[in-house]
Amino acid sequence: MKKLMKGNDAVIHGALLGGCTHFFGYPITPASEIAHSAAYYFTKSGRTFLQAESEIAAINMILGSASAGARVMTSSSSPGVALMSECVSYIAGSNVPAVIIDVQRVGPGLGYIWPEQSDYNMVLKGGGHGVYRNIVFAPNSVQEMADFTYKAFEIADKYRMCVFILADAYIGQMMEPVSFPTKILHAKRKDWALYADEQSRHNLVTSLFMEREILSANIDSLLNKYAKVEKEITEFEETSVSDAEHIFIAFGISSRVALTAVRELRKQGIKVGLFRPKTLFPFPNKRLAELASKVKSMMVVELNDGMMANDVELAVKSKLPVRKFNWYGGYVPSVTELVEKTKKSI
Amino acid sequence: MIKHTKPSAFYDTFERKGPGQKTTHYCPGCGHGTVHKLIAEAIDEMGIKDQVIFCAPVGCTTLMYFYFDTGNMQCPHGRAPAVATGISRTLDDSIVISYQGDGDLAGIGMSEIVHAANRGEKLTVFFVNNAIYGMTGGQMAPTTLIGQESKTTPFGRDPIRDGMPIRMSELINTLEAPVFVERCSLGTAAGVLKTRKAVKKALMNQKNKKGFSFVEILSPCPINWKMDAIQSRKWLIENLEKFYEVKNFRDKDTSIKGQGRLPFLSDDELLKVLDVTADTSSDDDNNRVDIGEHKVKIAGFGGQGIMSVGVLLANCAKNAGFNSTWLPSYGAEMRGGTAYASVVMSNDIIGTPVVDTPDVLIAMNSPSLDAFENSVTKGGTIIVNSSIVSRKVTRTDVNTYYVPATAMANELGLTATAAVIILAFYAKALGIFGVDILKAVVPISIKNKKYIEANLRAITAGEMFFDDYKK
Repeated sequence: MKKLMKGNDAVIHGALLGGCTHFFGYPITPASEIAHSAAYYFTKSGRTFLQAESEIAAINMILGSASAGARVMTSSSSPGVALMSECVSYIAGSNVPAVIIDVQRVGPGLGYIWPEQSDYNMVLKGGGHGVYRNIVFAPNSVQEMADFTYKAFEIADKYRMCVFILADAYIGQMMEPVSFPTKILHAKRKDWALYADEQSRHNLVTSLFMEREILSANIDSLLNKYAKVEKEITEFEETSVSDAEHIFIAFGISSRVALTAVRELRKQGIKVGLFRPKTLFPFPNKRLAELASKVKSMMVVELNDGMMANDVELAVKSKLPVRKFNWYGGYVPSVTELVEKTKKSI
Repeated sequence: MIKHTKPSAFYDTFERKGPGQKTTHYCPGCGHGTVHKLIAEAIDEMGIKDQVIFCAPVGCTTLMYFYFDTGNMQCPHGRAPAVATGISRTLDDSIVISYQGDGDLAGIGMSEIVHAANRGEKLTVFFVNNAIYGMTGGQMAPTTLIGQESKTTPFGRDPIRDGMPIRMSELINTLEAPVFVERCSLGTAAGVLKTRKAVKKALMNQKNKKGFSFVEILSPCPINWKMDAIQSRKWLIENLEKFYEVKNFRDKDTSIKGQGRLPFLSDDELLKVLDVTADTSSDDDNNRVDIGEHKVKIAGFGGQGIMSVGVLLANCAKNAGFNSTWLPSYGAEMRGGTAYASVVMSNDIIGTPVVDTPDVLIAMNSPSLDAFENSVTKGGTIIVNSSIVSRKVTRTDVNTYYVPATAMANELGLTATAAVIILAFYAKALGIFGVDILKAVVPISIKNKKYIEANLRAITAGEMFFDDYKK
């Protein structure tokens, strides 16, 4: 039977079922319920929960624990994720798997605790220094909070990458019925990790390479890996796209508003559809390029100043107008607002 | 005695050096080579080479993994104690060594070292204090002495401009958890022998799972001190040892006591704790009515049980076979005026969980009616808590009901059930799901079991009030 749960609570169920054994975190609204849930369930089940002294410490504990072969995670919200960014770069450079839940809130600075999607650039384009990428899932329901977290650990282990679940305050705070898999996954022994035994004694986890050839070869191997990831795990969802003249492109909470707007506009005889990237890296460039020759315009609905719209523009290469429908400062548009804006634009 | 053969914890050749494969990258007269050797010897003597994982800092010893034939890990600047915590909490039988310099440990990494020590992590920290930043080329460290010249204190460290040097062993010694805190010095051969003992003792503590050990080692940096090896030893003894007292601060047998990690649950036990069972519900439930999309806003003061009644409603919708969402208002607005829960139920996949135009508004107080009356859809419903809201609904295009819920709840002896009374009334008035479903949901939604009975009574009261209302 499905359980009515908060997105933030469903994450911890998904994580434990996905084989996560270690949680290191630091509280922050609107992500704190994840830590609360972890404190209860990780501790009770004999896994490890540790409230670190800061986000910086938490993410470095992740680096250590993941290097010791465990499936590990942390959760935070935008300012906390910004603090973690230094070590996320180390995690990428060292080819270490980790899972981070970012329940986005309004910035810049302290901003407030309401939803925004303005971590897009930080999580997708860097945040930390250097040439690297994170795999980024964008859940738009409590079910996806559970599902993405469940499979995030397998994916992180497979590619030895940091997997972000990029949620927002509404997806984290809302409750919906959710079901869970009953098969518990487990980490397998990793030939690169440190297990404090003879077999792994020669292993070294590092992002430091003091010869140019080795250093650039490491970056090349990262880029090859990212190309593979782009080929293998891109996910998206299309709603009413097949006969659409215009399509919304949205992720997370924005895509929920857009879905209702699609229904409303279709009632009024306007043929719109919704294209929803479930992965932001890898980004569904190929499918967007195909759709660019099938529809008249794309309307990117985001709670920021058009960060994903820039990626859509790159994907469609000026074949059609890409409209930026942006809200920020904690606003989530009403369906009426989005419908009116759409009718004015097309 | 200091041995002259190479300990097996060292690699035979140091790959990075090309032609000079038998030597390290450290400068002539530097103390790191000595400390490395003392650690390598201790590892050999204890036979723990396979268990050791070194956490290398950022600083001159970033490259220590070229030398130690053990597990190795390179950490961000200052964060080695946090990285080491992650490893130690993952591998119970590991011997984790955080090897840090003064800038790394006492500057950028002050927070990580203090908290790792305070938690009593099972780590060994070797803190090499040479009172200067070495690798970056001789800048002031937190431990640089007053008057000492460096690249960033060209006129000598000044207490007002630059602050005072900091004594780390003394600081760590203020904490409860560490079992061993000692400051050693490489100034003399006798000092090196004492250091050797402390190094081994610290590692033994970890092997015996005693807890956190901290060994500070005063060490020369001739290059950045702009001295030769002999002068630097002399300066170390005459200056560093004067400010940083060489002594054992603590040598305890046991650390803090507590419960620690609970037994690791098996897959089946974990499923039980999570209360996860296979989902056997089906989407084509023929019993449910076609409601399209139905949106409810429940609004009132914080403390009126607004949020939990919203959860009750969303649970009822779920159990009646609908998709449902619950979204709280949260943040500052909860501390005054009106807090509200938005609930959407639908036969279809639900789009936005935000309820801007409710089909039903439950107004538990006046500010809520004022704020949301106009947003209710035409033909919708407003249910007013008439015990608290004195005015009437002004709209004429909606159905209105007045339920003195707070007064009724007071009569039942639990004021907080007012919203539950209205929810029962709503269930009867709207007919989307039966009151039986509401009653069945109460035991799984109400966290505090002693209130279940009162809530069930409130449901009956709301139900009966509706039956009378119709008459």
